Amino acid sequence: MHPAWSVILLTTLIGVGQGLFAALVAVQALELVPPGAAFYRFGAALAFAFLAAGLIASFFHLGRPERAWRTAAMWRTSWLSREVVVLPAFMACVVAYGLGHALGWPASGPLGTLAIGTLGIVLCAALFVCTGMIYACLRFLQEWHSPLTIVNYALFGCASGLMLATGFAALVEPALVRPLAAWAAGLTLAVLATRTASLVRNARLKPKSTLQTAIGVKHPRIVQTSQGFMGGSFNTREFFHGAPQGLVRSIRWTFLVAVFPVPLALLAAGLAWQAPVLLVAAFLVQYGGLLAERWFFFAQANHPQNLYYQRIS
Amino acid sequence: MTQLALVIDLNVCVGCHACVTSCKEWNTSGVAGFLSDDNPYGKDPTGTFLNRVQSFEVGEYPNTQTVHFPKSCLHCEDPPCVPVCPTGASYKRAEDGIVLVDYDKCIGCKYCAWACPYGVREVDEHQKVMKKCTLCVDRIYDELLPPADRRPACVMACPTNARLFGDIHDPQSEVSRAIRDAGGYQLMPEWGTHPANHYLPRRKTEIKVRAEDLERVDNPLKIDGRLPKPALKDPSLDDVTSW
Repeated sequence: MHPAWSVILLTTLIGVGQGLFAALVAVQALELVPPGAAFYRFGAALAFAFLAAGLIASFFHLGRPERAWRTAAMWRTSWLSREVVVLPAFMACVVAYGLGHALGWPASGPLGTLAIGTLGIVLCAALFVCTGMIYACLRFLQEWHSPLTIVNYALFGCASGLMLATGFAALVEPALVRPLAAWAAGLTLAVLATRTASLVRNARLKPKSTLQTAIGVKHPRIVQTSQGFMGGSFNTREFFHGAPQGLVRSIRWTFLVAVFPVPLALLAAGLAWQAPVLLVAAFLVQYGGLLAERWFFFAQANHPQNLYYQRIS
Repeated sequence: MTQLALVIDLNVCVGCHACVTSCKEWNTSGVAGFLSDDNPYGKDPTGTFLNRVQSFEVGEYPNTQTVHFPKSCLHCEDPPCVPVCPTGASYKRAEDGIVLVDYDKCIGCKYCAWACPYGVREVDEHQKVMKKCTLCVDRIYDELLPPADRRPACVMACPTNARLFGDIHDPQSEVSRAIRDAGGYQLMPEWGTHPANHYLPRRKTEIKVRAEDLERVDNPLKIDGRLPKPALKDPSLDDVTSW
């Protein structure tokens, strides 16, 4: 598949916002910081900023963004539609949570910030599932059609959000740096395991479709001699990543290094030397690695329609 | 329940692209708007086509055959492109089973193209909506056309009659009979989309020629040439050959 930068930015930015919000609510639930603190107010604002940036990036993916309001219509069948319903609801929750802390609403009670936060966590989990299922529900894209897609997406979001929370806490609430860094490291290791599992799974995939099933001729040797046109078309642009194999392999190593060992090392160094800049750098390196990971996720998927577009003449 | 579909006979398709050009012409000049066609005579032509003809080589040299393969939307009975559309622009008509795109609702997110394993949906780079074969729904119900012309443009253009149009749920229709008689099949059945368009396979025509058909056993040719000529008054077969 062709990796579209608008979708890469959309999924990574929203994931960071969701993870950061989850960190805020977890900190409040464990009563590590009293309600109304700057950590919650600015944290919610920062999470909202990431979510809004992701939402704006998504509009660039549409051919007709002025009709984007229609996308909520098919929520009964389409995961994209469901995501479009859940995302604004979640963003409203984040705003309400931040406002609640800023305006001094009580923490407990049905309209308290903890209740809003809990609702937000439910919507956050639903949003992870919806966004992951957009890719995982396509049974033809065997590389994506696995529960690991949703697990990876959720864990990446939480890990990057917590990495951001660690850097953010170093500037605003230094007492939280140790527990947040521990959670960020734990989540990063967890997603290392699951993403490696999906890489291994994808390496062992056997394509279900062959040229024999694609045109229905049973001979063992079929080769395309012409795809019917000489210039490019939507089918040759949207479903191929267009990069040489060497570049794709190097992107894989890039993301494996930039998402896992380097941020963990920066985290450890930042904790050891009490340097907030290293903790922020850990998030930035991991986010850059996540952009590469998402690019690779798209590039690795091999659509069965590619069987029909192999050769110009 | 009606399910209109095309049956494409790979045995007689010669790869002339008449269906491609007639489809492009009909869908470019009609009510639904144009189909993108950039740089048609230039270096990198690109555009949106609803029907394409591809060529494949089957076999190992020197025993190879060329198969020409027209491909357009297969109007699946269980279309994977319909449930994934977020706006409902992609829909399957209940009355005749044609899968269509509503150009007024489509946002061009390309999710339906991801969901189609056959690669028959294309985005129009200028109009920014998804386009696909409409089975000429604007021709087949057009009362102003004579009944013989109420067929898709590609079916009418095909010089070898390789494209047939009809209702595959009607057992007596031309397409159902073609599928039954010639062993019509669906593409990529492993995905369970149940495409309505079927393809007829290539057929080998065999004639058994026996030695006695070439040279008669009881009257080799060299004796045929010397049939006795009858006398003038004797009975004869044709005034020349003896009875």
